[in-house]
Formats: sequence, C-alpha cells, structure tokens
Amino acid sequence: MAVEFIDVVETSLAGLGTGALMALTGVAFVIIYKATKVINLAIGEMLMIGAFVFYGFSAGLSLPIWASVPLTLVVAAIIGGVIERTMIRPLMKDNPVSVFMVTIGLTSILIGVVELIWSAEPRRLPEFLPSQPIIIADAFIPSKTFYSFLIAAAVMAVLITVFAFWRGGIALRATATDRAAASSVGIDVPGVFSFSWMLAAVVAALAGILVGSVGGISSAMGLFGLSVFVVVIVGGLDSIAGALVAGLFIGWLEAMVGRFLGGEFKLLATFSILLVVLVVRPYGLFGTHEIERL
Amino acid sequence: MRIATAKESYAADEGLFKTDTQRVWFGLLIAGLLVYPLGASNYWMFLAVLVMINIISTTGLNVLTGYTGQVSLGHAAFMAVGAYTVAFFDGRFGTPVLLNLVLAGTVAAGIGYLVGLPSLRIKGLYLAIATLAAAVILGFIFLNWTPVTGGLRGLNVPTARILGIEMATPDRLYWLVMPICVVMVLAAKNLFRTRVGRAFIAIRDRDISAEIIGISLLRYKLMSFAISSFYAGVAGGLWAYLFRVVTPESFPALASIFFLAAVIVGGAGTIIGGIFGAIFMTMVPEYLKLVATALVPWFPDASIYLAPVRNIIFGALIVGFLIFEPMGLAEVWRRVRRFFALWPFRT
Repeated sequence: MAVEFIDVVETSLAGLGTGALMALTGVAFVIIYKATKVINLAIGEMLMIGAFVFYGFSAGLSLPIWASVPLTLVVAAIIGGVIERTMIRPLMKDNPVSVFMVTIGLTSILIGVVELIWSAEPRRLPEFLPSQPIIIADAFIPSKTFYSFLIAAAVMAVLITVFAFWRGGIALRATATDRAAASSVGIDVPGVFSFSWMLAAVVAALAGILVGSVGGISSAMGLFGLSVFVVVIVGGLDSIAGALVAGLFIGWLEAMVGRFLGGEFKLLATFSILLVVLVVRPYGLFGTHEIERL
Repeated sequence: MRIATAKESYAADEGLFKTDTQRVWFGLLIAGLLVYPLGASNYWMFLAVLVMINIISTTGLNVLTGYTGQVSLGHAAFMAVGAYTVAFFDGRFGTPVLLNLVLAGTVAAGIGYLVGLPSLRIKGLYLAIATLAAAVILGFIFLNWTPVTGGLRGLNVPTARILGIEMATPDRLYWLVMPICVVMVLAAKNLFRTRVGRAFIAIRDRDISAEIIGISLLRYKLMSFAISSFYAGVAGGLWAYLFRVVTPESFPALASIFFLAAVIVGGAGTIIGGIFGAIFMTMVPEYLKLVATALVPWFPDASIYLAPVRNIIFGALIVGFLIFEPMGLAEVWRRVRRFFALWPFRT
C-alpha cells in the first residue's frame, strides 16, 4: 500500500487536533495532582459530565451558546467543589491508595448519574463551530477539529499565564511544592484543594464540550480519559508542559495508528507506550524525579 | 458467653480455629452448604454458584490488594484468561474438567506473573496503572487473536462432565463449585499462617523494613500476583462452565471495579471480608432487581433505570465504605462478635 504524503499530513493534523483536547484534559488532571497529590481516575468522567451538562443547557433547554457555555462551567465548578468536599477531603490524611480508589468509585457514580438522566444512547451536541472546512496548503482539515484546537490552545495559554502570575496560581504552585510551608506563610491550603478541583472540573468540562462537538457524546465517552491517563503518565504527572507535549504526541500517534493500522490498534499502541514509559521512566518526560521504587 | 481463651503455645495462637465455638460454627456452615440445595429453587442455586465463583475471585484479589497492598485494576482480565483457557481446552480437546480448571489457574497465574514484572521498577499507584494497561492489552488479544479466542463472537463452552455426569444446570454445578470454593478459601486462610503469607503482610505494612529483614520484595510480589491470578483463573474457568459462552464483553473493565469494590466493602486484608464482600456485591444487583420489579405497578419503566442505579450504588458503596468504614463489613462483623463475646459484662 503506497502511503500518500498528503494523507499523512492530513492524518497528522487531525491527530494534533485530538491531541490538543487530550492535552487540555491532561492539564485538568495535572492541576488536581499538583495541588492535592490525588491520581484522579475519574477525569474522563468529569469531562463526560461537563459535556452532558452542556447538552442539557444547549439542547435540553435550548439556550443560546453564549449562555450555555458559562452556565456549564459554573455547574462544573460546583460539581468539582462538591466532589472535593464530600469525597476527597475526608480521606486526604489517609494513604493515597484510598483516595485513588474513591476516584474509581466516582467513575462509576458519574456514569450512573449520566445514564440515569440522559440514558446510555449516544447524542450529538448542537452545532456551534463554523462549518467551513479549513485548507492549509493542500491539506484538508475538518473545521471542528481546527477550531477546537484553537480554543484548546487559547485556554491552555490562559491557564499557563494564570499559574505564572496570578496570586491564586502561585498559591497553588506553593501548595504543590510544600504543603506545610505554604500553610505557614498563610496560604489557605484546604481552599487551594477545593479551588484546584473546581478549576480542573471547569477545564475538563470545557474539553468535554469540545470533544463532544467533534465526536458526539455518550456515557462511554469517559474512555477518552484512558488516553488522557496515558498522556499524563508519559508527560509526567505534575508537569503541565509534559501534558502539552505528550498530549499532542499521543493524539498524533493514535490518529496515525488508527488511520494506517486500524482503529482497534489505537489503545494497544498507547497502552504499550504507557507500559514502556512506566518501566523505563516512571516519572515521565518532565515529571519530578521523586518516585519511589522497591 | 465467652470471656477469653488462654493460649499456651504459638501453635494454638496461630491455629486456623482458635476455639471450639469456631469449630462448631464452621461445622454448621459446612452442614448448611450441604443442605442448601435441598430447599433452594433453580434461581437460588444459580445465585449460590455465582456468589461462590465471586468469592473465589475476590479472595484472589484480596491476597494481592488486601494482604500484599498492590492495587490491581486488571483482575477481571485474569478471570477472562481463565474462562478462555477452559473454553479453548474443553472445546478443542475435550480434556477433563478438573484438569481444565487447573490449566485455567496456571495460565492466568503465568500471565499474572508477567503483569507483576513492572513491580521490579514501580510500586503503588503506578503499578495499579500498569495493571490497567495490561488489562487493556489482554482485551485487545481476546478480540483479535481469532483462531484461539474466537474474536468478537467468542467461544462456546461444552457442558462440564465429571465421571460421566453432565453438569448443565446450576444445581449440578453447585457440587463442583462448592467444594472448590471451600478448599480455595481455606487454602487462602492457611496461606497467611505460613512464611509466604507473613511476607506478603510485611510488604504491605512497610516494604522497606520487609526488605531489610530479608524478604525479597520482587519475588514475593510476583508470587502474590501469581497466586491472585491463579484464583481469578479458576474462578473464570468455573464462570465459563456456568454461563457456557465467553466473549470479549464477558469481563468488562467495570468487572475489575466490581471485585475491587467487593474487597473494599468486605474488608481488605481479611479472608472473611472477601467472603462478605463477594456475597454483598453479588446480591445488591439482585436485590435492586427485586425492588425494580416491585415498583413496576407504579413506575412501568423502573427496569430501565436498573443499570444506572446499580452503577451509582456500586460507586457509592466504594466511596462510602472507604470514608466511613475503611475496614469494611469484616470490622462490623468483628464488633458484633465482640459484643456477644463480652455480652453481660460489657456492652
């Protein structure tokens, strides 16, 4: 089979589009991990519930797009805060394995809630991105992929600026570095915990809206979280830059594998990479080298 | 009323049954298991067999997660390995049932050993993620290695036959599953009276200290993986004989969460906890079904909501037990026993 160059380019660009969404979700994961050291297995489901809330506002209540996006983000923030206060906070003093298993339980709860309210059928989000396809040189890019890439890039740029300069962002980074020291200079550490979960839920919901507008929504779209999981491990659990690089890479890889080997090889490829990274470089590309191994 | 038992030797302290009361209760349990089929309908026999299969599998996961402290997110995949092994050997070669079950356990144990290998480099949550990756890759193999696994359509499993007796229905299968379940649970209980079992507990409690007192961490972790997968493999094999068909969808990722939930709800690190957890988690969906059927006169579509409500309840049970009763049902049971042991004197 002769592989056409233009085909490779188009697949790569589409892959980078998906990769940007993975990177955005990965950033949501990293925010939680940095601040609270919780490995949140439910990140894909938080993305899913965000997408469904948006569906509820935009299709269910037929609100215009400029109203339903902010409303979705507010609801997502509330959900994130409630999860943190009721499920994560009581266990913060226990061992990390318990908290990890709570997020597994959370996965099951969120899937159940979505299926209860919206049933398990796949749905389509209302169209809100321009539908004119984009042509770069000779390569054809679906418009939704292109615009979701732009939006994801813009959101990540804002987030990185916020972490670098805003007081709250600095407080979050201080908490990540040393909880006790942060507390002793007057940072409200429990507040930072809540804030990080709310912010992550908002970012995940945003990613969910974009993912849903590209590929439709269903109660199984949390599977997207599996790839995101690979992204954050490859990039390093506590590194935003790592999530960006690894997100684009994994998105590109999945697209290439799916296009040239077949869709069923996607997860195989990403999870093989995950295993290799775990064994060779468990802290990921840019993560802190503090992993214990025995 | 029993106040205390004076033990005069280590053997007495380490005994499987420490008091006569326990021996009597165990005898009653066995008698109950023997009498149960007399009064049970076909549906209840099916439930009993399913519960016992889940007990075997949960006990396996308990050895790994509860006693050795290694969280596994791929337990259902090992069950699937066992189920496929049985389906392959019985369907292709017609080998005897007990041999198939041993093979199922052995193949699963071998794969579990491989999956445990990353514990050479990583531990804790990273290892849990590695088991998740292994489960995904195993799922890919089940779906695509068509000559052996039958691909998407899966494999049909012949009826279990022992000494010419067909075991097509749950009430026959009960006599195969029940003895295996009792033996395997007793074996697990005994495991923790040996050096190996104590090494597992030492690794869970403080791995660095365990290594310093001479426990080879890698060796014992791999052994724990292998034992746990062996249990899962045998359970999967029995599962195949019960449902008579194995497909890639038989053991979804959610099934691994089911067993993890059973371990947590029952009480990680106690054999009785694994039993309680498996019974509880298997019966909850059945109970929900009963409730849904009872609600049909008022809400005609109550059964549509069954699956989502079950998901919510599974998740809520995991979260709730971790927050409010981290030692699980086994701890509740211990409190009840303590109350009666000390009864008139202290409440």
